[in-house]
Amino acid sequence: MTHLLTLDNVSKIFGGIRALSNVSLSVPPDRIVGVIGPNGAGKTTLFNVITGAYRATEGNVVFDGKEMTQWPSHRIMRAGIARTFQNIRLFGSMTVWEHLLVAQPHQGNMLRLVLPARFADPVAWRRAEEALDIFGLGAYRDTVARTLSYGLQRKVEMARALTTGPKLLMLDEPVAGMNHDEAEELRLLLLRLQGQGLSILLIEHDMPFVMRLCHQLYVLNFGSLLAEGTPAEVRSNPAVLDAYLGSETAC
Amino acid sequence: MLLQQLVNGLTLGAVYTLIALSFSLVMGVLSILNLAIGEVFMLGGYLGFALLAAHVPLAIALLGGMVSTAVVSIVIEKVAYQPLRDAPLITPMLSTLGCSIILQNLVTNLWGSDPLQLPSELFDRRIPLGPISIGLMQLVIIGVAVVLVALVAFLVKKTSAGRALRAVAENRDVARLLGVSPQRVTLLAFAISGALAGAGGVLVSLHYAAITPYVGVDIGLKAIAVMVIGGTTNVWGALLAGPLIGIAEVLTIAYGGSQARDLVVYGLMILILLLRPQGLLGGARSDVGQRV
Amino acid sequence: MISTYYAGLFADVGILTLGALSVYIILATGQLSLGNGGFMGIGAYVASYLTVALHWPVTPALLVAGLVAAVVGVIVGFPALRLKGIYLAIATLGFGEMVRSFFLVFEPTGGSGGYRGMPHISISYIWVWAGAIVLLVLALERSRLWLEMRAVHDDETAANLVGLNTTVIKIGAFGLGAAVAAICGGLFAHQYVYIEPGNFGFDRSIDFVLAIILGGSTVGLGALVGALLLVLVPEWLRFLVDWRLAAFGVLLILVLLTRRQGILDRALIMRLTFRKTA
Repeated sequence: MTHLLTLDNVSKIFGGIRALSNVSLSVPPDRIVGVIGPNGAGKTTLFNVITGAYRATEGNVVFDGKEMTQWPSHRIMRAGIARTFQNIRLFGSMTVWEHLLVAQPHQGNMLRLVLPARFADPVAWRRAEEALDIFGLGAYRDTVARTLSYGLQRKVEMARALTTGPKLLMLDEPVAGMNHDEAEELRLLLLRLQGQGLSILLIEHDMPFVMRLCHQLYVLNFGSLLAEGTPAEVRSNPAVLDAYLGSETAC
Repeated sequence: MLLQQLVNGLTLGAVYTLIALSFSLVMGVLSILNLAIGEVFMLGGYLGFALLAAHVPLAIALLGGMVSTAVVSIVIEKVAYQPLRDAPLITPMLSTLGCSIILQNLVTNLWGSDPLQLPSELFDRRIPLGPISIGLMQLVIIGVAVVLVALVAFLVKKTSAGRALRAVAENRDVARLLGVSPQRVTLLAFAISGALAGAGGVLVSLHYAAITPYVGVDIGLKAIAVMVIGGTTNVWGALLAGPLIGIAEVLTIAYGGSQARDLVVYGLMILILLLRPQGLLGGARSDVGQRV
Repeated sequence: MISTYYAGLFADVGILTLGALSVYIILATGQLSLGNGGFMGIGAYVASYLTVALHWPVTPALLVAGLVAAVVGVIVGFPALRLKGIYLAIATLGFGEMVRSFFLVFEPTGGSGGYRGMPHISISYIWVWAGAIVLLVLALERSRLWLEMRAVHDDETAANLVGLNTTVIKIGAFGLGAAVAAICGGLFAHQYVYIEPGNFGFDRSIDFVLAIILGGSTVGLGALVGALLLVLVPEWLRFLVDWRLAAFGVLLILVLLTRRQGILDRALIMRLTFRKTA
């Protein structure tokens, strides 16, 4: 089976620091893959290398059959990847509605982009309406997104990511700060999206959430891959327990 | 002839150095261009002139000019900068522009818009130095500039006030956490910046033996170029770039015609920004800046 | 018919509106340009050379001037990518001064003596251009491209990470802004039928910035409001005689202190057109 995303021996070195060491990882199509590990393990660095915010020092990133290790970020994202951020990164001056329009792919001719969107790009307009509906953001359509509550901002960021029509959705700590109900709502949404053909790669610290959701897990520690496997396999891996709990065998 | 030009260039450069340093202090701490500096500089020239015309000794006139412009700068800081310190950078910049408009109008009304001549006996003394002669005033200008730059360098490197200045320039939030008050540091930066501009003004009026309300405009802009070329974050950069540009300008006028001189000065600035954006002696990174 | 005095003011408003718009377009992507006087100068001299030396009609001369300036703007836009914030602003300031000093030594267009002989245009002609470009910008503000420009302004990294080519957007903005400033320059030249390099220096560039910041830096109509302010307020202050400039300076500071986004912003426009925000 060809994987959607493959990292082959990727390393990232900053000055003298090996933030990532020979990490190999793959995300199959239609699957949910999790990346876990203690703080500072390099998980966000991994995301940054995949999305082109950082260039890999060694190794390859192949997505959808294309080798994109050296591509600029915007080209990587347009190839079908979308991501959300640990600290939400919304556009400070934009309303919710504007967030749902701005990230959509360019389809058709240039005229769609430079003429007033309402008339020139009904496809994009409709897509934004749909995203508004799916995420229940209709009431906040013309509100500046940054002024919304944390939970709603997360929704806007997710919705924006989905308007790009990605094949792979990368989520950086999507349930941080959420209560149990919100996390459950998100879990169901992600399962639904996966069912519609989306692959998901996520970083999380919330173990129950990760264990219930992911088909495959990768464990990072100090920039290296510590373990990989199904949640059940990883949960019982002594090296993983060690990394998380330290040498607390005395407990 | 060439050597004479070099001396003239050094003299002009000394003034540029002071104004560049003046811009640099505010730029380093606040990342804005204090657009009032050109007119503060001009005001210093007029105050110095007034004192000199009243036969006050040069040293007192210089000091008087510097203190007054420091005070004016503090007023500008309180009125135009403080209330806008958390606005996008363009806003306080335009506010300082407003101050410059006010200052220029004030000076034109008080002293008229025609050039004022300084009493000439101050300028007749020349000291022969081999094949050239150097005016006493030129020596004074260069000397004062060097002394002031050294003082500022000492202040910045060795005093606790200077450390506070550097801390805020480096990282405002961390400085605050360490107990440094960005407000007080900003005030200090404006005050010293004003004093330097005032000194430059007094010196430039000595250089040209005259003063006009429009002297700040051209020199102010060129001083920005000098600041960039020398390196915004390095005090000695201004001392290096000032004479460099002064000499380049004087030589261009002598051998290329006076129209070409701005081309040379700003051309050098753009070259530096393209090839070595941190300036000749600077360490600042100009590819990471605050949103303006 | 309106008197020549008011006609002149009206022409100035149209011309300054375009200058302010040229800054606005570039500012929308988060880049502050303190050198648009240079683009204005390029437009003025190119258009004038075409009409004076080559006897072209004004309209095609303006179009070519805009094109030339756009190319220069794109060229300027490339190194500009490497500089951020105030350093970019300073670089553009340097660019503007270089253009001014170039025309000081460029003899074919008169050098420091200035250039004259352009055919005079009417106020209506100026406002056809100004009006058309204002309308174009207002339409552009409702486009997806404008949203992408705002995204680059708000968070360039995030913009890249949602697939926007921020390089093309930023350089394109410089090109478009330069073209608008060039039209402004061409109109200026044929209104005053005499130009000299000093018309296009830092003073002019900062006037453009002043107009858009005062008028409203987040909406295109702010350029018009700012132009009205900058042209009319000094006239209204004439009664203060010698102190009118200082009064203007005071007013400027007061406006900035009390309403830093400028006079016009989206919320105010909503209210004025009876639309509601959620």
